[in-house]
Amino acid sequence: MLAAIFSGFVLSPATPWIQRYARGAAGWIIALLPLGVFAYFASLIGAVGAGETFTVAYAWVPSLGVGLSFYLDGLALLFALLISGIGGLVVIYTGGYLSGHRDIGRFYAYTLFFMASMIGMALADNAFTLFVFWELTTISSYLLIGFDHDRKGVRDAAMQALLVTGIGGLALFAGLLLLAQIGGSAELSVLRGQADLIRAHDLYTPALILILLGAFTKSAQVPFHFWLPNAMQAPTPASAYLHSATMVKAGVYLLARLSPILGGTDAWRLSVTVVGAATMLLGAWLAWQQNDLKRILAYSTVSALGMMTLMLGLNTKLAAEAMLVFLLSHALYKGALFLVAGAVDHETGTRSIDRLGGLRTVMPITAAAAIAAMLSMCSLPPFLGFIGKELFYESTLEGPVAANLLIALAVAANMIYIASALLAGLRPFVGPSRSTPKHAHEAPLNMWLGPATLAALGLLIGVWPGSVEGLIESATGSIAGYAVEIELYLWHGLNFTLLLSAITVAGGVAVYVVRDRLHTALAGLTGLGRWGAERGYDLTLVGVDRLAHVTTRLLQSGYLRYYVLTIVVTTVGLVGYTLFSRVTPTVSLSISDARFYEIGLAILIVLAALMAVLVNSRMSAIAALGIVGYSVTLIFVLFGAPDLAMTQFAVETLTVVIFVLVLYRLPRFVTISSTRTRIRDAVIALGAGGLITALILLATRVQFHESIAGYYLENSKPEAHGHNIVNVILVDFRGLDTMGEITVLSLAGIGVYALLKSRATGRGEQ
Amino acid sequence: METILAFVVGGLFAAGLYMMMRRSIVKLIIGLALLSHGVNLLIFTAANLTRANPPIVPDGAKQPLPPVADPLPQALILTAIVISFAVLSFALVLLHRVYQAVGTDDIDRLKPVDE
Repeated sequence: MLAAIFSGFVLSPATPWIQRYARGAAGWIIALLPLGVFAYFASLIGAVGAGETFTVAYAWVPSLGVGLSFYLDGLALLFALLISGIGGLVVIYTGGYLSGHRDIGRFYAYTLFFMASMIGMALADNAFTLFVFWELTTISSYLLIGFDHDRKGVRDAAMQALLVTGIGGLALFAGLLLLAQIGGSAELSVLRGQADLIRAHDLYTPALILILLGAFTKSAQVPFHFWLPNAMQAPTPASAYLHSATMVKAGVYLLARLSPILGGTDAWRLSVTVVGAATMLLGAWLAWQQNDLKRILAYSTVSALGMMTLMLGLNTKLAAEAMLVFLLSHALYKGALFLVAGAVDHETGTRSIDRLGGLRTVMPITAAAAIAAMLSMCSLPPFLGFIGKELFYESTLEGPVAANLLIALAVAANMIYIASALLAGLRPFVGPSRSTPKHAHEAPLNMWLGPATLAALGLLIGVWPGSVEGLIESATGSIAGYAVEIELYLWHGLNFTLLLSAITVAGGVAVYVVRDRLHTALAGLTGLGRWGAERGYDLTLVGVDRLAHVTTRLLQSGYLRYYVLTIVVTTVGLVGYTLFSRVTPTVSLSISDARFYEIGLAILIVLAALMAVLVNSRMSAIAALGIVGYSVTLIFVLFGAPDLAMTQFAVETLTVVIFVLVLYRLPRFVTISSTRTRIRDAVIALGAGGLITALILLATRVQFHESIAGYYLENSKPEAHGHNIVNVILVDFRGLDTMGEITVLSLAGIGVYALLKSRATGRGEQ
Repeated sequence: METILAFVVGGLFAAGLYMMMRRSIVKLIIGLALLSHGVNLLIFTAANLTRANPPIVPDGAKQPLPPVADPLPQALILTAIVISFAVLSFALVLLHRVYQAVGTDDIDRLKPVDE
């Protein structure tokens, strides 16, 4: 099983080489891998249909509950078969469609990478494994949409898909984390046993919302539907594979997979049903107004995803069965129609339905595949689509919520859905021939094989539904959470749902017939689309850009003084706020213990500092600085710190000397800033000074801890044989610190030397 | 005496920060020097100011005679003094070189040299 999951990752980087040596045959060779994986999974159908499940688990980060574990049941197997089977056909198709493209090898690589990611996601049992593969599908989708990356529209569409599904992915991750927290395990198979506990938990609603966000963005549900039609910028094989048959169904898969854990509550039924119904309607409504084959199919895919979501929202066994049959039929006919659209585009040079017609004579095989897929999409018997639609209606009618309203909406949406099926699957092939940019002729074998196979399967399974009965039964059990027994048959008898189907088809044909006139009449309405969710997306992007710009302008001015200003203001603001809101000031301003010469010294320091700030002469400023330094030295002397006093004295003398030497060569002081700026800076500086004063006054009243100097006082002489305790600390007890200090000093010395030395070369260059 | 020194430290911080917000590099360096003094005095003040004996063990004794000043902050400040001297002299020489190369000590006019 692991080989089936990971072989795609292994082969993926090698595909460009295969392309280089095998050239035209590369598609056929590379397709052997997906088809082999398909054969492996197909061999398991019997066992899984009989109720067996397979598990593989490896510890990954056991301390965090993250395991690389896979679980194969009916639902996972159905997806694995779709992914690998359609994957094989798409790879073959690519060989024709992108033939001669300079990056075709890269396309194969991405496609295989996607296939492996998606199979991994469908089989994952651990929630975190699922998330990792989920994100890998997002990344491969990004790469595939952006395949023709030298066009801006393509890059924007790829980025949009990445952002929308990526943000959803983050929400999903948070939701899965919550789920794992509530259930105490990240293994979905374990969580299924704790469904009651999870549904009753306080964190159930947040977890549900987050997970639904992930599922809805991935499966292009309203209001996140807009990324999917834009993703049509991808080469058509990718659109058929990812954005119709498989990846966009990941959200549906997730809902189905978590249905036995999270489903069954009113919150689930309401949110999933409403979003599904809204997507179903909006997708259908937008689909019939498009002129581009791929966009018609894309919006109808949105609509179909809405239907699947709606069925999962109903949360019944019958709805689960209906969803699976519909999903299977949709993957077959929509995959086929997309591949047909690509073939038509490839052979005629256009995808606009206004310029296509009568292709059945020049492209008979493609036309046959298209019409067979179209009939399945129109849910006519004996195609599989018919069974899916019948079950959909039946489950809606028997559904637990607002059955009448939902069935009315479903019928309405399906009418337009059928109209768009006719637009995409019939209109290019019937009627009089039109002139197209390229002279049309039949597509090569590798390009009609895929659509023909998929369309034929739609017919075969429709005639013989028993072939997938075991698989659908097992998968229905996975969604329902308990073993079920189902029977699939084409003919349900003359009943109400059949009548509804007949009405739907009739209505769909009617919409198709009047489509062009209606489209012109409604032309004014299309402007409404500009106010949709996509505009929200655009505005958000612009807003984020502006915000980034403003904050950068504000904080990253490039001027040192503004950085100092920002830091000082922020510190004063935050510390000051905390100080005055949290601490009751108990400060005594007594100065009775001070002696008169100490007070004089203090006044001298402050005055000298003020002088250093105010004077306009460089010499006076240095002199003032010297006064400050020597006065500080005296304070050290007065309060029992002779070592400090000596060091300070020496350093101060040196500083003044260096200052004088250097400043002598510098320009005179000039006042550059305006008075207002100076006042502003002065106020801020005084605020900072005041804060420091307040902090010292408060801090000296508090003793958090006894002085730790006792050890040094006692052991200085006996242990280190030194009389001067400060010196002993520096060179003995904390010798390594001093070592660091010496390093800093030497580095500064080297720096100074280097700067002075470089003067000669600097002048030489000038 | 702590009260008075608290105000002195506050004053040194205010003066230092004000100078650091000026456009002239010379003033910036003077601000840096004032700030270093402020920080040294801050540590000194915050760690129990006493008019006690210096932390030196007299001949023949095992320990200094109480009351004795706390040696630990003194060791810290000693390090700080030396380091700030290193920083200051490096900054000064750098300023010297910058002025030689650019001919101004106005920070805003240094920009074009980057390109």
